[in-house]
Amino acid sequence: MRLTLDGEVITDVEPIVGYLHRGIEKLAETRTYTQIIPLTDRLDYLASMTNNVAYCMAVEKLGGIKVPERAEYLRVIISEMIRISSHLMAIGSFLNDCGAFFTPLLYMWREREKILDMCDMISGQRLLYNFMRVGGLSQDVPAEFITSVKKFVAEMPRYIDEYNQLVKENEVFLARSKGVGILPKETAIAIGASGPVLRASGMKWDVRKMDPYSVYDRFDFEVPTGQNGDCYDRYWVRILEMTQSLRIMEQALAQLPAKGPICADVPQFFTLPAGEVYGYIEAPKGNLGFYIVSDGSIAPYRLHIYPPTLINITAFADMVKGWKVADLILTFGSMDVVLGEIDR
Amino acid sequence: MTLLDQFQLFLKAQGWPEWAYYTVPALAGIVVIIGVVLAAVIVYIWWERRFVARIQIRLGPNRCGPEGIFQPIATAVKILLKEDIVPANADKVLHFIAPIVVFVPILMIFAVVPFDRGAILVDLNVGIVYVIAISSISVIGIFTASWASGNKYSFISGLRSISQMVSYEIPVVLSIVGVVLMTGSFSMIKIVEAQTVPFILLQPLGFLLFFMGALAEMNRSPFDLLEADSEIVAGYHLEYSGMKFAMFYLGEYGMALAYSAVITTVFLSGWQGPFLPGVIWFLVKVMLVFSVIVWIRSMMPRMRVDQLMSFAWKAMLPMALINLLVIAVEVLVIPSLQWLMLIINFGLAAVLILLFSRIFTLGGGRVEV
Repeated sequence: MRLTLDGEVITDVEPIVGYLHRGIEKLAETRTYTQIIPLTDRLDYLASMTNNVAYCMAVEKLGGIKVPERAEYLRVIISEMIRISSHLMAIGSFLNDCGAFFTPLLYMWREREKILDMCDMISGQRLLYNFMRVGGLSQDVPAEFITSVKKFVAEMPRYIDEYNQLVKENEVFLARSKGVGILPKETAIAIGASGPVLRASGMKWDVRKMDPYSVYDRFDFEVPTGQNGDCYDRYWVRILEMTQSLRIMEQALAQLPAKGPICADVPQFFTLPAGEVYGYIEAPKGNLGFYIVSDGSIAPYRLHIYPPTLINITAFADMVKGWKVADLILTFGSMDVVLGEIDR
Repeated sequence: MTLLDQFQLFLKAQGWPEWAYYTVPALAGIVVIIGVVLAAVIVYIWWERRFVARIQIRLGPNRCGPEGIFQPIATAVKILLKEDIVPANADKVLHFIAPIVVFVPILMIFAVVPFDRGAILVDLNVGIVYVIAISSISVIGIFTASWASGNKYSFISGLRSISQMVSYEIPVVLSIVGVVLMTGSFSMIKIVEAQTVPFILLQPLGFLLFFMGALAEMNRSPFDLLEADSEIVAGYHLEYSGMKFAMFYLGEYGMALAYSAVITTVFLSGWQGPFLPGVIWFLVKVMLVFSVIVWIRSMMPRMRVDQLMSFAWKAMLPMALINLLVIAVEVLVIPSLQWLMLIINFGLAAVLILLFSRIFTLGGGRVEV
């Protein structure tokens, strides 16, 4: 990012992207549909489960593959878990950018650690899980996973209260974040923003509610929104979303079929009918879409990724012009940017 | 009579030549002070790291020696062994001088700090003025460092340092004047002896203003804009490594130690306290003040530069002036009724803080470009 400053005041911002470009979209064209899953891990590496889900759902949509019930519920539970983990990381690093010297971040890492442990339990990995498969999951979850998720869901509200006690009404934090880095509702819609960034601007839009995929239509949850679209609202919407995710997890755990297949009968090498498909889900950072063009072979002809962060960040220059350097850092932190997703 | 005077008399009685019984005690005192300060800084670094770790639900360094007490020494050795890098477009001479200019004044502050009854290097009759004057010199060092580095992040930090430190000097001085009015002397020893009741109780508002100003002066959170790591990387000491960086590092903690000592002396009745020897009381109080500083650091987000300035000029300065006025009237009208002063000043502090929290708001800050 190239900044032009007048003293402390920002007069121009020019984002320079491309330093993390790995050519994932091109690489995908030479890989089979199953081999692409680990590539999707490397998009938003703080929430790679939802990337897997989004990609698998796009492939399933084109192939007409029916995912077993148990796998759908487990996908929901795991996605919401990852959403909480991603939001914890987002809020923690946002507060760190605010200058809070790691304390909130470390408190949030305490809970994120539990989520990572649970992911380790099911997939053997802590960051890039490669857990989902086209048609379901790669393997069934162990019994202790369900127990520890239940424990986590029961404990988490208390920890969220703790975060609120720690920072929510801190005078300096309010002064720094309220009214700073405003993204107006109209601009947010115009650029096609999504996720907590859009909802903080006051737009009630969530793929899970508006275009329910998987089994999301069976759960009762709310879509929290902010009013002003400033840094504080983006922070607060994420906190509220964590509570809603916990609600979904609780219901999904109650409805989860105790037994059953976890993956549809999909061979390792399979072809999709020629055609195009766009599948999208509500990833932690927003509307994550996969656009697949198939020519009937075992690899996609073209794979395009619609990354929420890149879209959200397009209005960034307008949001920070005229503000101070410190506000730029804060606004950037509140957008929850993961560079793996901006440069695919 | 201070310990140094006694030492001088002792040497005189031993029949030492005249030049020796002036220079030897002074040099001995200086060596002792430097030794004590450096040792204290090492303990401080250890304490901060462990204490912050406790707040942040982690363990902190605990491998090196019992409870990790030798970790700062290991860190110091590591830093000293590093290569000393001078950037190509740095001003070589200023780049070399700046760390010294930052560090030396901090040691000089300790010359007038009474560690115990009589344990003071020089009992200057303008002690507190000397402290304020000397501590301001560090700003020049910091600005020199930022300018000489030839780095844009450092330079932003340098610009911030000048405005921040000069602004916060004023409420600091005004809150000290309140103490001086009650004491009737600038001497540090007189100030301690005047505190039958610690001044933190008699002048709560003055204490708070001084404490906040001191936080800004020593670049501690929430006023640590000079080295805001998320904004300007490390600020003025970005281009420093090795020994020179160690000087800044020691300087930062030395400054915290110096201000803790000054706060202890001026507001917490210095070495005075029941039962225990004075020096123990002094160290306990200094540690307490430092722990509060560390606590604030680990809990507070950073302020923005314009909020920082408006806080100094629009909130702290008027409060300091009102506080000074009230104390001046009290000293004139009811000089002996300390309990009445205590009640009035606590009331004043409560009213002013409530009032200013209503009428003074931070935030906003966008400029049309």
